[in-house]
Parts: sequence; structure tokens; C-alpha cells
Amino acid sequence: MIELRDIRKAFGRNHVLRGVTLTVPKGESMVIIGGSGTGKSVLLKCILGLVRPDAGQILIEGEDASRAEREAFLARFGMLFQGGALFDSLPVWQNVAFRLMRGATKRPKAEAREIAIEKLRRVGLKPEVADLFPAELSGGMQKRVGLARAIAAEPEIIFFDEPTTGLDPIMAGVINELIREIVVEMGATAMTITHDMSSVRAIADDVAMLHGGVIQWTGPVADMDHSGDPYLDQFIHGRAEGPIEAVR
Amino acid sequence: MILLNPVGALGRAVLDGLAALGRLTLYLGATLYAMVRPPFYFREFGHAVWVIGYNSLPVVGLTAVFTGAALALQIYEGGSRFNAGQVVPSIVAIGMARELGPVMAGLMVAARVSSSIAAEIGTMKVTEQIDALVTLSTDPMRYLTVPRVLAATVTVPVLVAVGDSIGIFGGYLVGTQSLGLNAAAYLKNTADYLEIWDVTSGLVKGAAFGFLIALVGCYYGMNSGRGAQGVGAATKSAVVAASVLVLAANYILTTLFFAA
Repeated sequence: MIELRDIRKAFGRNHVLRGVTLTVPKGESMVIIGGSGTGKSVLLKCILGLVRPDAGQILIEGEDASRAEREAFLARFGMLFQGGALFDSLPVWQNVAFRLMRGATKRPKAEAREIAIEKLRRVGLKPEVADLFPAELSGGMQKRVGLARAIAAEPEIIFFDEPTTGLDPIMAGVINELIREIVVEMGATAMTITHDMSSVRAIADDVAMLHGGVIQWTGPVADMDHSGDPYLDQFIHGRAEGPIEAVR
Repeated sequence: MILLNPVGALGRAVLDGLAALGRLTLYLGATLYAMVRPPFYFREFGHAVWVIGYNSLPVVGLTAVFTGAALALQIYEGGSRFNAGQVVPSIVAIGMARELGPVMAGLMVAARVSSSIAAEIGTMKVTEQIDALVTLSTDPMRYLTVPRVLAATVTVPVLVAVGDSIGIFGGYLVGTQSLGLNAAAYLKNTADYLEIWDVTSGLVKGAAFGFLIALVGCYYGMNSGRGAQGVGAATKSAVVAASVLVLAANYILTTLFFAA
């Protein structure tokens, strides 16, 4: 279970998070939605320790994230970055097996390669892709490789940052299905950030809307369409008119 | 604005410079700390040796041969004014080993390597590859900075040694083919006057320059701003800072060597 208690973060005068409190039950898929610049990515980075919150507490299975041993803590997570964030200098299989070739979970090279190819197959990529470099792949393939890397060490918690951004609708649908299948199959706790409402409906068990630096609404995905919350309604229907100011 | 308040602008520039120096010093401390704590990434170190050292050989060699050749001509021209044209071999050798070899190699590597390191790491930062490293339980300081800094510290003295040899050879070519100096006498004169300390002091300078160049490249890369403009600015700053630091370190080391 992931518990966020009153997380606050400001960059200079820009108070991005103003007290985010949210609980993600173990094995559930939580999707966080919200406009651009509302701090969704900052929230994920706070959990991972990439950004230090100014205040608040982050608990993973009841353990304070700020006090956890760093390597063991991070070993529990997998993350799919928005742009893939694949290492240009390494072939695809070494990107996927990166964690498996270093640190406490280090495996022999041949075994790491085998696992990488298996994970690539799991995300629908052929073994021939393993020896290509990221620059030789399409955007959709890069996302799949990023997904394979995120699940390579079979983490308990997986974060997905805008998993369908920049993809055509069909490829976005494929990635959404893959994410849902993998999360269910692995029994992992998942947190996804997206603007894409089709992703929300495909991936989410629960939804949280971040607005004005706080969680504006949270609940099961089934309740999203009749929440009665004007902010959420405006967002999910993409209306220019409503309580959320649209810049024209 | 600068015209209206020149003192204020100067003050701001000095404060910004001191702040940057402070941040670089903290980065230096973090690098030294990471250097002595495992894990060590030998593969990345080997790759950095290849990229920084081997790939810099052509530019360092070309710079050295022309510098040595021009130096021979200048010394001959200057020496002839008081009938001392025969000092060309010894002055070329000492000048290359003590000063021009390390400084020219340092500046060439500063231009070539600090820019490439800053651009590479800066791009990694803006494309979230650095964040990805962290989430994969890999410390970017140990994985990116330490191998590059160590590789530059080890390889730049080798480049300096190669540059010294090529520069002296450039002087030899000009001296024997163009200035009419005797080849055997040229070599003997070079060997007689060149001391071990002349060479080793240049190599020590090379190690210091290599360390600073890679450190500055990594620092600006890690602190790159967003987007192409941020990476471009980081690259430019890295080259400027590395070049200035090479020349400043050269003066400080030369002063120390004279005092010793």
C-alpha cells in the first residue's frame, strides 16, 4: 500500500503540491489525472525520492520512504517514463536487463539477456529487437521496451508516466491493454499519470484528480462519470467552460 | 541596464561566479566521495578511456606537430638575433614538455571532451535518463561522473606524452629540413638538455587538466537546463569553464613547480 500524507512541494514561488493526501491499496491500479503543470509528475518523483518534498510523509507498506535503505527501496519500483528514457548507448536488451546486471539482483550476463528477451516477448517485441539500439526503434517500440524494463525485475509497484503520449490511438490502445494485463498478472500496485481518458478507463481501478495542488476527487473508476464534481466533469469531458480556467 | 548601473552588474556577475564556484566545489566533493565508495563501473571506465583518450589522439597529435614546428621557427628566428640559432632543439623540447604540450593538449581536450560530456549528460538529464538511472538503483555520480573523471585523469597525461613527442618531432622536421640543422646534433641537443622533471611536470599538469575538464563537463551536464537550449548553454559553459580552468591551473601548477 502507498500512503501519501499532506505532501507539499514548491519550486520558488510556485506551490505545486499544497497538501496531497492519497492512499493506493496494494494490488490496485490508481490513475492520477489533472491538467498540465498540476504536479502529477512531481508527485511520482516525490515518492521515488527524485524530488524531495518540502513537507508530508510517504509510507510504502507502512514504512517511511525517507528512512528506507535507498537501494532496497528503489528495488521495489519499476517505472515507465514518458519519453521512454532508454539509455542511448546501450542495446535494447541491456536497457531491459539494466537492473539485473548490477547491484544486489545481479545475474550472469546470459541469464540477464534471456530474461530481457522474455520480457520483450511479453510486451510483444521479437527477440531480434534485443540487439538494436533505442534510436533504431519507433516511438511505440520504445514505449514497449520501457515497459519491459519497468517489469524486468518484477517489482511490487509500477509507475507509468503518460504511457500513451505521442502514440497513435491504436498503439495507445495496445499499450493500455499491455499495462492492464501486466499489472493484473503480476499483482503489482500501479500508479499511472495520464491525460488520456481512454487510458484511464482501460487501466484504472481507482482515479484521483489533482487540481490546485490537492486531490480534488478520488474514487473508483466506475464512479467517475457521475461524481457530481464540476472539476472532474469538466476535465473528463474536455470542456473549455467550467471551474478550471482554460487559457485561450 | 549595464550602462546605467555598472557597479551593480559587476557585483551580480561576481556573486554569480562565486556561487557557481561554490556549487562546483560541492560537486567536486561529491565526486571524490563517490570515487572511494563501491560499486565501481569498470566497463564505463574502459569506454570513457576509449572515448576521451584514444579518440582525442588525432586532434592532440595534429595540434602538437604544428605547435612544435612553429615553435622551432620562432626560436630560430629569435635566437639568430644573438647568434643562438643552435638552441632550437633544447628550447623546443623543454617548451613542449613543460608548457606547450600539456596546455595545448589540455585546451584541445577541453574543447572536445568537456563539450561532448556536457552535451551527453545534459541530454540524458532532459530525456529523464538520469532519473531512470536512479530508479534502477544506480547512482549517476558513480555511473556517469566517476568513470569519466578517472578516465580523463589517466588518459590526458598519456595524450600529453604523445603530444610532447609529436611536437618535438615537428620541431625536428622543421629544424633539419627547413632550417638546415644537423639531424644527429639536433637529437643529441634535445636529449642532453631535456630533464626527467621537464617531462614529469608536464604529465602532472596533464592529469590535473584531465580531472578538471571531465569534472566541469559532468557538472554542467548534470545541471543542464531544459530542452535543446538548456543543453546548448550547458555545453558552451562547460567549454568556456574548462578552458579557463586549464589555463588557471597551468599558472598555479607552474608557480608551485618553480617554488618546489
